[in-house]
Amino acid sequence: MDIPYTVQPRPDTGVYNAKMGIWLFLASEVMLFGGLFSAYVLLRVGADAWPHGWLNIPLGTANTFVLITSSITTVLAWVSLKNNQFSRFKLFHAITLVCALCFLGIKSFEYRDKFMHYEITLANGKFADGHLIGKSRDFDLAKKTGSVTLHGYEVDQEVDLMDLHRPEARHIQREEITIPAVEIKKMGNYGPWHNTYTAIYFTLTGLHALHVIGGALVIGFLWGPGSRMWKTDPERFTNRVEVSGLFWHFVDLIWIFLFPVLYLL
Amino acid sequence: MSLKAFHLVFITAAILLSFGFGIWLAKNFFSTGGTGNLVSALLSFGAGIGLIVYECYFLKKTKDVGYL
Repeated sequence: MDIPYTVQPRPDTGVYNAKMGIWLFLASEVMLFGGLFSAYVLLRVGADAWPHGWLNIPLGTANTFVLITSSITTVLAWVSLKNNQFSRFKLFHAITLVCALCFLGIKSFEYRDKFMHYEITLANGKFADGHLIGKSRDFDLAKKTGSVTLHGYEVDQEVDLMDLHRPEARHIQREEITIPAVEIKKMGNYGPWHNTYTAIYFTLTGLHALHVIGGALVIGFLWGPGSRMWKTDPERFTNRVEVSGLFWHFVDLIWIFLFPVLYLL
Repeated sequence: MSLKAFHLVFITAAILLSFGFGIWLAKNFFSTGGTGNLVSALLSFGAGIGLIVYECYFLKKTKDVGYL
């Protein structure tokens, strides 16, 4: 039995079924990300202080460039199929896959940076902040033994750690600081549990990264084993590539909003 | 909406982001200085112009493809 309307538009909707399906799915995705963006706005307006300059803008910019490039190659892959140029489709889709892997590589580097970044509340009321270099072998915060070494700096108030875009913060000298466990009151990294900013940052970017992984899997399938359909049913295959391209564009469009909201504002 | 139409929406958003980011970097340059900010701002404006040129090229290349 043939599945109807895989190529021809359905008379009542005006589009083939897969396109209708992906747009319904994307509508639900808009509500999902819309809810999270609303949560971001509410958390931000309700916060006493909101962090600035905590993320690496050059890396975020590089990822934006990578995703814009991948969108262009996705659409060019689809146009190649429309023009009956299968080898060009293969090339453009391969570039899209490389871009997706590049994005995930850069994102995981950023995540690693956050998990290596520590804020330490000292017993004297000051705060030490920086990237972990190492812990002594006998380091145990509960037993107050050993020491921890950071590459960072100390501040008098926690609020001084919030805005790293302010002029004074730009000239802070970072150095190697070794802190004995007895002087540590509280210690934690910049994981999702650190504060509401890191929580919403990891939630939004983590969910987005999962979408990138999902999209890359589909694009990889259509580039590899799925491309056999080109020989038997080229029009249907072209439509499949269009549907995957629509999803990929949606994922990239989300990043176009995420980048300024999280990295710049 | 076809991939062509969605691509045009996406590229338009990317153009706006490029110019917005350029303005943000230029503001940083005028408030705190730094040659890096100025160079990045110029690159961002350049990327925005490049995307406009690409959008025109894309429209010409896909004039036979529908928007639905």
